[in-house]
Amino acid sequence: MEAYKRVALARKKTRPTGLDYIENLFTNFIELHGDRCFGDDPAMITGLGFLLDMPVTIIAQERGKNTKSRVKRNFGSSHPEGYRKALRQMKLAEKFNRPIVCIIDTSGAFCGIGAEERGQGHAIAQNLMEMMALKVPIVSIIIGEGGSGGALALGVADEVWMLENAIYSVISPEGCASILWKDSSKTKEAANCLKLTAQDLLELEVVDKIISENHRDFKLVYKELKINLYKTFKKRKVLPKEELTQLRYERFRKFGAIEEKELID
Amino acid sequence: MMNKVLFKKPKNELETSSRFNRKTNPAIPQELCRSCPSCKNMSFRSDLEKNYHICSKCGYHFRINARQRLNMIYDIGSFIEHNQNLTSVNRLDFPGYTEKLEQATLFSHEKEGVITGVCKISGFDVCIFVMESSFMMGSMGQVVGEKITQLFEYATKHHLPVLGFTVSGGARMQEGMLALMQMAKTSGGVKRHSDAGNLYIAVLTDPTTGGVTASFAMEADIILSEPEALIAFAGPRVIEQTLRQRLPKGFQKSEFLFEKGFIDRIVPRNLHKETLSNLLTLHLAPKGGETHGSL
Ligand SMILES: [Zn+2]
Repeated sequence: MEAYKRVALARKKTRPTGLDYIENLFTNFIELHGDRCFGDDPAMITGLGFLLDMPVTIIAQERGKNTKSRVKRNFGSSHPEGYRKALRQMKLAEKFNRPIVCIIDTSGAFCGIGAEERGQGHAIAQNLMEMMALKVPIVSIIIGEGGSGGALALGVADEVWMLENAIYSVISPEGCASILWKDSSKTKEAANCLKLTAQDLLELEVVDKIISENHRDFKLVYKELKINLYKTFKKRKVLPKEELTQLRYERFRKFGAIEEKELID
Repeated sequence: MMNKVLFKKPKNELETSSRFNRKTNPAIPQELCRSCPSCKNMSFRSDLEKNYHICSKCGYHFRINARQRLNMIYDIGSFIEHNQNLTSVNRLDFPGYTEKLEQATLFSHEKEGVITGVCKISGFDVCIFVMESSFMMGSMGQVVGEKITQLFEYATKHHLPVLGFTVSGGARMQEGMLALMQMAKTSGGVKRHSDAGNLYIAVLTDPTTGGVTASFAMEADIILSEPEALIAFAGPRVIEQTLRQRLPKGFQKSEFLFEKGFIDRIVPRNLHKETLSNLLTLHLAPKGGETHGSL
């Protein structure tokens, strides 16, 4: 399928959002709010729930389902306090030895005056650094749009999965077309060049698994996810902490690693 | 450095012609005087060089390249470069990228957007990286990410501090998600270096934006910056387009970030070496108060 068709599917308004995943994957979900510094970001939902019998921490980006909730959720674009809230919950997950599920669906971290004033870059950077060393298993799932740094800030995981029709990109195809070719009509071409589909990214090893959407009933997607999450956490929970973080480091270390290292010692 | 340029044989015709063109290339002005973009004051190039490329009238910091910056910082003869021959490949077959890399190499006289290595600063051994704005706007692709990560790994192994000068347009979109992954990779390198108790100082220079701001630029123990440098996650043009409003004057300049608490100190370029030496001394000099001596 042409890449831009995936872009359109990933952004489709009727597509299930973070809240749908929370409702269908977990029981006893309780949302916990606030970053303890500035405020609470409704574009980022954090809380606790059971994955079958396993207590887990859930971090989910939520873009909203209708005009009113989309405005409330800022269309899924977080401010720094969203990322800081997520990190706070992830640290608590580490303290109480709970695995972490991150559900990614954002066109990007919010670009605005308040976001810059409160250190959007700093907030994302802290998440990247801290997630790399968290001593509990992390799985990130891209369910719709994975927009650049704002998505990666929840994406430093042991395994990164992607829904079949989701996209994950360094820049939106629109942004790429307008910056590189000064021509917004080249969006489709940009979408192809950026290699942002699940299939492309599986080949580049940016994602580890594609979750098929080829079911008549989306409930079956949730079921598959639930089983996969449970199995993965069970397997990773027994690893020594050092091995867990070492494997995570190596997972990201491999991108662009140079095989013939020069002798610098 | 100069000797290298003078004596290195050109590898191909393109390189020869670029060196010939250098005299006429407007990006590398050869005239005797330069006009300050801020106050229009004319300065002799030789005076500017003596004054760290700072306008003597208004303090404007002219953009300088990575080698010039390195020369201002390390103790004479102490710099050993790492990975100087790493070059990028167009792994995604992104249209026009291969040509862009060639142009960037000719334009910047560097092989990639960052120079890394070890040097001495006031006698202290330091791992250093300096980004190069004239190589595709210092954008971070796989080579930039790899060189910086290797530097942090080297510094961790040898218990050395890292000093980094950033200038970047962000992640290099021609490398797609492989560029974005460098943000995570470099952050991992910084984290391990930090957890092992080592010092990392970043000096943010104009402009530092996007994926570099949202990774290793903002992860340092101590963050310094040059005056009036643009430091942003989303650049001002992106924000203006999103919000459809003009931004306040001075927004996203280093003074603004300082006021908001994201920068430790704004340090003019002529005081960089002095400030860095002092910080290194405070961290690395033999620790006082640990023996049982009397006051
Ligand atoms: Zn001036």
